[in-house]
Amino acid sequence: MQSLNVPAALVSFCLLLVLLGLWEALNQPPKATKALTEFEILMGGVDQEARVPPPSQVAEHAWNELSNPFYDAGPNDKGIGIQLGYSLYRVLAGFLAAALIAIPLGFVIGMSPLMHKALNPFIQILRPISPLAWMPLALFVIKDSELSAIFVIFICSIWPMLINTAFGVSNVRSDWISVARTHELGQIKTALLVILPAAAPTILTGMRISIGIAWLVIVAAEMLVGGTGIGYYVWNEWNNLDLNSVIFSIVMIGAVGMLLDAALGGVEKLVQYKE
Amino acid sequence: MNNQFVSIEGLSKVYPSDNGDTVVFEDANFGIDKGEFVCIIGHSGCGKSTILNVLAGLDEPSTGGVIMDGKEIVGPSLERGVVFQNYSLLPWLSTLQNVSFGVTARWPDWSKENVIAHSQRYLKMVGLGDSLDKKPSELSGGMRQRVSIARAFATSPKLLLLDEPFGALDALTRGVIQDELIKIWSETQQTVFMITHDVDEAILLADRILLMSNGPNARVAESVTINIDRPRQRDTIVKDPAYYKIRNYLVNFLVNRSGERDLSEHPRIVDPSHLSAQDQDKSTEQKNKTATLQVVNH
Repeated sequence: MQSLNVPAALVSFCLLLVLLGLWEALNQPPKATKALTEFEILMGGVDQEARVPPPSQVAEHAWNELSNPFYDAGPNDKGIGIQLGYSLYRVLAGFLAAALIAIPLGFVIGMSPLMHKALNPFIQILRPISPLAWMPLALFVIKDSELSAIFVIFICSIWPMLINTAFGVSNVRSDWISVARTHELGQIKTALLVILPAAAPTILTGMRISIGIAWLVIVAAEMLVGGTGIGYYVWNEWNNLDLNSVIFSIVMIGAVGMLLDAALGGVEKLVQYKE
Repeated sequence: MNNQFVSIEGLSKVYPSDNGDTVVFEDANFGIDKGEFVCIIGHSGCGKSTILNVLAGLDEPSTGGVIMDGKEIVGPSLERGVVFQNYSLLPWLSTLQNVSFGVTARWPDWSKENVIAHSQRYLKMVGLGDSLDKKPSELSGGMRQRVSIARAFATSPKLLLLDEPFGALDALTRGVIQDELIKIWSETQQTVFMITHDVDEAILLADRILLMSNGPNARVAESVTINIDRPRQRDTIVKDPAYYKIRNYLVNFLVNRSGERDLSEHPRIVDPSHLSAQDQDKSTEQKNKTATLQVVNH
């Protein structure tokens, strides 16, 4: 496997070069054939058509933004770091609140067939609801756009964690439960010493799915609630017709999402065990 | 019978179903003395494992009960250690942690150093002193079963239950671990109840072998005394004059007579070392006849 890494990286790099090259080449404004009029200079060239900015321009813009990511020049002009910070704060707050409820509740559902049957209808009907559909109700009840965004993250990240925890807990091998029973462990000790480590990989998988969904949803939620955050930033720059910023922030959303996933993937590796 | 250390009284297991109840085994009456090593042999489906699980407190009998040390067994307890056939180690814990898991559960007040020293001592007894930090997945099947045996012995239970502990191991490994089991058993003088399918293993290890007739409606039919001096060794035990008498007797039971229905309340006590070869043949002939009759009656 190790020997595949270098060639794979090489192919990735070549693909990147080709794609960026095509993008760059196909998006050059036509050269002026005669001297530009004053009007044309004001309008940015002879080209009357709006074009997607080429990667060289986006890269230059990205460099400027990333070299000063935390500036704050008023409500409509904040650095990319500040915007991503707001989004991360909302995602983590909603995600952690969801984890605090979903994991214990998942234990209850996984350990008690009665609770599983009793709660399953609620889960089945609530789970398919698009998290953004909650937004108007959340705004009305909570009366705070910031908290409503966090609530939307909470409600979308709770389901994968809940379902995976319940599944992991109910599928712990009966031999291990027998070991706990023959060692006279009580309910709580059994849950903490045997079921939790046994189900941890499944629970972490649920958490990883949840954080991915939360990061998808935050962009849309922030486009709605506005004010701050990477979702608001993308929409605001679209209104400003600043496509450089739009493309730059799209790339940043991808990069942060990848880092979130990698972080939970790292934790998942820690709790993984081989039978 | 009632003053024995462990006393199994009128035990039966019935699985109710729509077209009549299935009686797995019934009227199991036997005892185990303190420090005794008892093996139970019978064909699959006779309910050996259920009896062991009842002794462990993991399963409940349909009728009857088990009294150990003057108290009835209700639910699992640390007084009864279990070694499962599939080792049942916790895969996220290291070898040492798997053993100290049991030791901590047994003596919650012990200091950490004490727990570790105690666990290490038992792991050394089974020859795993060098693999303390390995995870079960890094160990061979034989090594895993040794960890499991160390975990059970380390909690010093009053009764140790072994559910076919060597069933999944190859013959060579099995022999080595049998030796280790004898060693650790003679050091600790545990009372042991063990399920096995291996006649030679049972003769090597046991003071007494319980023979079960076939299920459904299985019974503990005979209690065979193993009259061979200890310490026993795998290579020399076969030279003992009683060895083949006992072995033939057991194999004869399993092959020819385990299908018979013996309705006596307690298992018949047999000491094959005193039987002559003719006695054995005669009893086989006779029993063969009754066995055929039984089949016809069926």
